[in-house]
Amino acid sequence: MLAALGVLPWLAGSGFWLTSATLVLLYALLGQSWNVLGGYGGQYSFGQALFFGAGAFASGVLQIRLGVNAWLAAALGIGAGAALGAAVGWLVFRYRLRGSYFALVTLAFAELARILVAAFAFTGGGFGLLVPLRRGAATFQFADPRIPYTLLWLVVVGSCLLGLWLERSRFGARLLALRENEAAAQALGVAPVRLKTQAITLSAALAATAGVFYLQIFLFVDSGGGFGPAMSIAALLAPIIGGLGTPFGALYGAVLMHLLGEAAKRVSGHAPGLDLAFYGVILLLMLRFLPAGLAGIGRRDA
Amino acid sequence: MAWDLLLPAVLDGLTNGAVYALVALGLTLIYGVLHIINFAHGSLLMLALYAAYFLYSLLGISPYAALPILMPAFFALGYGVQRWIVAPASHGREQNVLMITLGLAIVLDNLALYAFTSTTRSIDLPLAGESIDFGVAVIGVPKLIACAGALLLAGALWLMLARTDLGRAIRAVAREPEGARLVGIRVERIYAITFGIGTACVAASACLLLPSFYVTPQVGYAFVLIAFTTVVLGGMGSLPGALLAGLLLGVIEAVSGLYLGESLGQLGIYAVFILILLFRPTGLFGARAA
Amino acid sequence: MLEVAGLSKSFGGLHAVRDASLVLAPGEILGLIGPNGAGKTTLFGLISGFIAPDAGTVRLDGAAITGLPPEAICARGLARTFQIVQPFGRLSVRENIAIGAHLHEPRRAAALAAAGTVAGRLGLTDRLDQPARTLTLAGRKRLEVARALATSPRVLLLDEVMAGLNPSEIADLLPLVRAIADSGVGIVMIEHVMQAVVNLCARVCVLNHGSVIARGSPAEIATDARVVEAYLGHGAAARLGRHAA
Repeated sequence: MLAALGVLPWLAGSGFWLTSATLVLLYALLGQSWNVLGGYGGQYSFGQALFFGAGAFASGVLQIRLGVNAWLAAALGIGAGAALGAAVGWLVFRYRLRGSYFALVTLAFAELARILVAAFAFTGGGFGLLVPLRRGAATFQFADPRIPYTLLWLVVVGSCLLGLWLERSRFGARLLALRENEAAAQALGVAPVRLKTQAITLSAALAATAGVFYLQIFLFVDSGGGFGPAMSIAALLAPIIGGLGTPFGALYGAVLMHLLGEAAKRVSGHAPGLDLAFYGVILLLMLRFLPAGLAGIGRRDA
Repeated sequence: MAWDLLLPAVLDGLTNGAVYALVALGLTLIYGVLHIINFAHGSLLMLALYAAYFLYSLLGISPYAALPILMPAFFALGYGVQRWIVAPASHGREQNVLMITLGLAIVLDNLALYAFTSTTRSIDLPLAGESIDFGVAVIGVPKLIACAGALLLAGALWLMLARTDLGRAIRAVAREPEGARLVGIRVERIYAITFGIGTACVAASACLLLPSFYVTPQVGYAFVLIAFTTVVLGGMGSLPGALLAGLLLGVIEAVSGLYLGESLGQLGIYAVFILILLFRPTGLFGARAA
Repeated sequence: MLEVAGLSKSFGGLHAVRDASLVLAPGEILGLIGPNGAGKTTLFGLISGFIAPDAGTVRLDGAAITGLPPEAICARGLARTFQIVQPFGRLSVRENIAIGAHLHEPRRAAALAAAGTVAGRLGLTDRLDQPARTLTLAGRKRLEVARALATSPRVLLLDEVMAGLNPSEIADLLPLVRAIADSGVGIVMIEHVMQAVVNLCARVCVLNHGSVIARGSPAEIATDARVVEAYLGHGAAARLGRHAA
């Protein structure tokens, strides 16, 4: 699957398929960011858009308002997302928010960011941030869309490798232990606040990377698109549908969601709403009948 | 800041707050008994608002007259949702419940978007334009009715919980589900009934809210965090807490809107939500642990 | 090596633990008994850092560990099990034990190998690859001990590891606990199963209403009037005395 996505644009050329595949990769990366924290760590965030938006807006503001080089801005955007993740995580985990409370408080943080960004012209206000079109390698704006696509593909490959590493490392093993039983993990020497904060930092860095790519590919982001609930929901749908806590679950989920979404759009004649409603139905069916996601099919232990 | 600006803002906030309280009552009841967070609460409100809207625009039934129609209908809806969707899909895990109700919210919001488009709809009741002058501020009659309705509903809920056999069973299940099961209470049925009552409260909120408000497919989402904030601020599961917290939040929103400008008004609500969850998770008024 | 002095904890107005003290030597097995609600598990919670004490100190090899978080106390060499077993349900038995081994072993492969060795000591070898939630209660109790043991503790707190097991399972577990102590680990065990206490413990502490009411060998404890009254109610010792006479 991953290899097919990698060679797709070089075989099929640009156009419709490339746009589709780009979106799939973006959602796969965003989904994997959620999966690190939610799937492996058991902390279900409802506000993953906070980090996605932080990456997009931080790199956008640096480029547009402060004239920072696009690549440096991208790196700083990812750093800003990670730093925000660390700050929010430390605060939230230190005060022992978990389960549904964690979900709601992350949502509130994302909403807070959305309102703040929309309130100030410096951050784009109600309109959003538009990156001026200046094609070139130095501005991270390639004339050939296959180049940023391939870069994004490499990052997604890296995020899947990260999933594999989680399954083969002390960090990942401890994260799973925390997910299964926090008190027992603590009794065995696992420091919950530190570990969960590390996990959310990693998760936020991945989500911010997705945000940075989003900005460089579409050259535009607004408060609703960056911090709004749609991104937060997209982030959690892919891994839940594809398989929580599995290295490729978010990727499978993103591919399936995209195919189903396209089908729903054809059926509905591109009227808004039906594709997302369809995702919701799939989510409900998954939770009811296939709690381990696609990756759990055929597995003895779900 | 001059009093002649602040007082009207506070009064306006109180009337908005009554509506927040109204929406939060059902949510806090469901939390208090089932210990689950119903993320679809706002979407059910949206659905009820549409139902009230179409009853008026197609059949000419005023939202106030629609109360006895929609409350039982939404009770049945809520009962069914808990019994046949939430309970079987949760596999007994709290986080699954959150995901299921999120899934429901996604389905409802987007089906509404598909069916009704994103057009903002509102109704024009004859009394909608009427208002009462309180000297410092002028308040619309529909808002006053909503206020009174919130108080009545809270009172009715409290009486039901305190005085009826069903209420006693609900309280027993809320406190000791296993104990309640042992004395012969059908816990799953009580859960579904409570979810139904909470959903009926949503229908009542919609009927009282519509004359002074509007409906769009996204309106549920706008309410859901406010409703959660109200519930958390009032102490999870506390009816009087939700009532007071709703009023307080309405004032916070109105006053912070006055000082920070319209677009930042909601900032106060989210800030309160985060701060309360972090530093006072039992709520402002409740000493009872969540 | 473990010194507990004057530990106290109240919940509301209730004194769950009051001025409790105990001393444990390497390789010793100390029994902690008492009626239900006497505060035994709370005392474990206080020693292992899960509950913050109101007063008193806990020292491990002379260094105060009072008030440290549980993970730090575990890292200092004190591990505990839970009365209500807490397996990582969806992880395999091997992965469960490896979490303990990871305390001192960052490499995954080495931790998994160490888990296999510890599992062998507790007779879990043939169940290494099944998910922990599929174990029987006896299996889960062993897993609790195995995980704690994998952290290479110097002091081990065992909370009712025999409860709910049948007599042959208890007989199987006794030598395993003895072997752990013989390797130099100091053990405090909360236990209702007297067969285990009598077999394993040279010294026993009796807790009632949060206070230590008696100490001594199992034989001395069994005839102590205060202990008999704690278990059987006020005046019981006198009544028993009359029957004996």
